[in-house]
Amino acid sequence: MVSITATPVLHNSATTKFSSRREIAEIVENRNLLLNLVRRDLTVRYKRSIIGFFWTMLNPLILMIILTIVFSNLFRFEGISHFEVYFLSMYMVFGFFAQTTAQSMTSLSWNGSLMKRVRVPKSIFAVSTTLSGLVNLCLAYIPLFVIMIVRGAPIRPAVLFLPVAFVIIAVFTLGVSLLLSALAVYFDDVSQMYQVGTLALMYMTPIIYPINIVPHKFLWLIRINPLTQIFKLARDPVYHGTLPAPHIFVGSVAIALVTLVIGWFVFHRLSRGFYEHL
Amino acid sequence: MTDSVIDFRGVSHHFRVPTEGRIASLKEWLIRRVVRRRDRYRRIVALDNVSFEVRRGRALGVIGHNGAGKSTLLRIAAGILQPRQGVAEVQGRIAPVIELGIGFENELTGRENIVFNGALLGRSFEEMTSRMEEIVGFAELGDFIDNPIRTFSTGMVGRLAFSVATTVDAQILLLDEVLSVGDERFQRKCTERMDEFRRRGVTILFVSHSLEAVEKICDEALWLEHGRVVAHGPASKVVARYRMSVNGDAAVGGKIESVAADPF
Repeated sequence: MVSITATPVLHNSATTKFSSRREIAEIVENRNLLLNLVRRDLTVRYKRSIIGFFWTMLNPLILMIILTIVFSNLFRFEGISHFEVYFLSMYMVFGFFAQTTAQSMTSLSWNGSLMKRVRVPKSIFAVSTTLSGLVNLCLAYIPLFVIMIVRGAPIRPAVLFLPVAFVIIAVFTLGVSLLLSALAVYFDDVSQMYQVGTLALMYMTPIIYPINIVPHKFLWLIRINPLTQIFKLARDPVYHGTLPAPHIFVGSVAIALVTLVIGWFVFHRLSRGFYEHL
Repeated sequence: MTDSVIDFRGVSHHFRVPTEGRIASLKEWLIRRVVRRRDRYRRIVALDNVSFEVRRGRALGVIGHNGAGKSTLLRIAAGILQPRQGVAEVQGRIAPVIELGIGFENELTGRENIVFNGALLGRSFEEMTSRMEEIVGFAELGDFIDNPIRTFSTGMVGRLAFSVATTVDAQILLLDEVLSVGDERFQRKCTERMDEFRRRGVTILFVSHSLEAVEKICDEALWLEHGRVVAHGPASKVVARYRMSVNGDAAVGGKIESVAADPF
């Protein structure tokens, strides 16, 4: 590939009829571009400010201070020790999900002009946004562990499961990103509605409150919310020090994969009209 | 023919444009779905049964009025668009130079942008870094290259973009009206670079409104009107006919005939 006298790249519109398989192959072929997109996201984010890089880590620290003040004085939940750990261990995953999905929508429209001028696989922007979000998520967990040590919350071996949890969460997030970003190309109001939707989702997931304070008649709302189960994959090993039960694990993997397949399919279906709509 | 590098066979393409303006909101779309009033689309034909081929090392200029389908043709050759009908075959490593400056990131430095832009064009990190000095030298940016792009003037961005796009090993160069960057001196350099490409045997597909440039750079020309081929033949002949039709205002896009079936 690097060699200058590379064998001619043949593209023939008859053989490269759009298929979703082909799109995956193109992402793999363009992994160098993918890497560059992720690097661009990260450099732009962390450049031009000294605290840029530390902000990702500072953010949860400040949040924790606020939370500790609010929750140890204003609201008190019974049976939750180390509330800040309980909250942050899931809140940061939710933040990753919400930011990545929202960013995928804007990045696809921003890169619309690019797609009309250079040959790039259209789904590469959602993939790169998810990957750079994942890097930020990993960075954000470092201060959480610092907080846990400072506050004397036990860190148990189950945290080694976190990377697996992150991968499952990222797969799920990518699926949602693909679905929403494709819809956002056609409809301007999708991203506005999604802002409200994100807020609703946040309260439909037991992030800020313990599940046992939920009134019985609303419990189903939280149960049917796929985020609850998937995000617990990241909280349980950190906060409770437990690994997910096998059926929960398998269920979460299934939800993540089905979401990705649906997202991919819809994206691919709608991508044929991107050229006219962007 | 084994020698043809770009081969279009009966290529047609159309765009679908909604007649009542685009439905921009999901709410509206859902309502329309319920009321069963599907929006109507108008077909805009961009290319209509276009066939031609470019042999290795030749330069083809594409001319025609605005909206004749020139850019669509170039984008199909670049693989950005898939034709709705027909087959477009392109063999070789392409350097698409379609609208300069797209894909530059304001916050990144000139050097970082060179690598990033290279990645967009499918070039590896190693290739871009090994050609870094050559690219910077051609763009005449000096020390500015380590500053963020947002501090560049428009001309500087244009020069850098042209330099990145053309300092690559490609067998096919796709140019869309881009030889107008920079001052006169830089334009001369661009023209020299084109000549160099020609000498190296690079195949060129050149879309332009500048008839002089087409006559100078290209061996052949393809005249498009309303998506159809009006004439295809030696550049000087086709350009002369095009000039005549524009000046005499005679039936633009009217008669469809070939100046020469095979000029070689």
